[in-house]
Amino acid sequence: MAVRRRSKAARLAKRAGLGLSVLALVSPAAFVFLWMLSLSLKNEVDNMAFPPVFVPHPPTFANFVKVFAENDFLRYTVNSCIVSFSATALALAIGVPAGYGIAKARAARAAMLILIARITPGLSYLIPLFLLFQWLGLLGTLTPIVITHLVITVPIVVWVMIGFFEGLPRELEEAALVDGATIWQAFRHVALPLARPGVTVATILAFIFSWNNFLFGIVLAGRTTRTLPVAVYNVLTFEQVSWGPLAAAALVVTAPVLLLTLLAQKEIVAGLTAGGVKGG
Amino acid sequence: MAEALTRATGAARAAAGRRAHYRRRYWAFALPAAAIVLAVIVFPWLFTLYMSVHEWEPSGGALFMGLGNYLKLAADARFAWAILRTLYFAALAVAAPVILGVAAALAFNERFPLRGLARTVFILPMMATPVAIALVWSMMFHPQLGVLNYLLSALGLPPASWTYSADTVIPTLALVETWQWTPLVMLIVLGGLASLPRDPYEAALLDGAGAWQTFRHITLPLIWPFIVVAGVIRTIDALKSFDVIYVITQGGPGTASETINIFLYQQAFAYYHLGYAGAVTVVFFILIIAVSLVLLAMRQRAKWQ
Repeated sequence: MAVRRRSKAARLAKRAGLGLSVLALVSPAAFVFLWMLSLSLKNEVDNMAFPPVFVPHPPTFANFVKVFAENDFLRYTVNSCIVSFSATALALAIGVPAGYGIAKARAARAAMLILIARITPGLSYLIPLFLLFQWLGLLGTLTPIVITHLVITVPIVVWVMIGFFEGLPRELEEAALVDGATIWQAFRHVALPLARPGVTVATILAFIFSWNNFLFGIVLAGRTTRTLPVAVYNVLTFEQVSWGPLAAAALVVTAPVLLLTLLAQKEIVAGLTAGGVKGG
Repeated sequence: MAEALTRATGAARAAAGRRAHYRRRYWAFALPAAAIVLAVIVFPWLFTLYMSVHEWEPSGGALFMGLGNYLKLAADARFAWAILRTLYFAALAVAAPVILGVAAALAFNERFPLRGLARTVFILPMMATPVAIALVWSMMFHPQLGVLNYLLSALGLPPASWTYSADTVIPTLALVETWQWTPLVMLIVLGGLASLPRDPYEAALLDGAGAWQTFRHITLPLIWPFIVVAGVIRTIDALKSFDVIYVITQGGPGTASETINIFLYQQAFAYYHLGYAGAVTVVFFILIIAVSLVLLAMRQRAKWQ
């Protein structure tokens, strides 16, 4: 009896310990985002107060209005959408078949090339491409930004798709080939529908890491072709003193990604656990 | 019977032959991607090599100078400091996320209420736009008005100078990097934990092993390969970290947080020393490959033992 009571107490202590460690792990993540929200909803007096004001009272949307009124944020949002959607769509169009081909041909060396691309610092692609685009007269348009974003999106898509196509049973496609289908038809009508979850994962990850990219934009973007991360950085350099608009701008940039993460967390977890992919 | 067998093996051989034949034809699927990889990945590598042995004139001319850029680089104390700083930063920004990430994976492997929500919040830092979170952290680091020094004083601790002093800037940036990338380690190790067999645990329970013993002698050896993979990925990313450092300090105060990547950016796009930047890129790339190979070799040795 006494033993059972002690083990019950031990189990309770273990639950409490687990609860506390989860709280300790999650609260820094939650705090930074809540603080960003708090800064963006407070007026300048409250933001500069010490001790800090935690809960905006009353909350104000003036910072968001200011960001869109004083900077051309609408244009930058459109730029970011064009760049990330095009870079993701192009990467899917060429990366999904490539993942299939590499998985089927079991080309380990091609997979290795993708890995080396993942290891290389983004800046080392950027200097030669910058010179190339300058020579082609493309600087100041969105084209070079979309093209450089392929450096991020193509390896992600190919890498995720190799994993998914390798996991498919090959009997189905072989049956189709025996029945006289071409390999393109076997890919298009047998393998691709089965790998749809993989395509979803690849799309989400490619889009997020393209959206988040800062480095390529800061070098290649002109005044009118800034993507959102670059635009936010520019707000920082010009308005270092006012925190409200800064936090509001930061929130505008990252909100779509946070929303996507909340909605598709299962797919994101699956994709990242599989390959440890990350852009940049 | 025998006839059926011959026919079956004949069919199998035909299938194998067909597979080998198709294996070659599957290359066609990778051709468009190969073209893109050549244009935006391989071409820059080769061009960087070419660039690194030239002096680039602002007017556009290139002057061959052999290994001149590399010799200049070897004598550049600012670059030597950047390498040391990068290694210091990487050591912190690998060790902390790996230890915390393993702990987090063990916690998230248990069942508890609201686990899905907690895990989603936990991975938000790695999905959020780095520029945006770097901005928020830089406001939190403000020595007088920042919320972090307020929290320290509320706990009865003295205020810290965070990114505003040369002594604390690297650990502070490593703190942000840890906050951001611990979730990736957690996800990789969690994948490992999900694949663990149940039998050793039942045996250990029967033998009366404690929680720590079970972890030390069963769980840790089984998830070690996943920890190594996470460690290698983390090392590569820490060595080439850019966004957070550039947005928060731009390499400052002075050059106290100027890592190789920041040094490279300054040489290329602030001073337009493109040939010199090419040489930096080549050395940087070799450093990253060398560190990854050392880590992978360690993994091999761990496997053999």
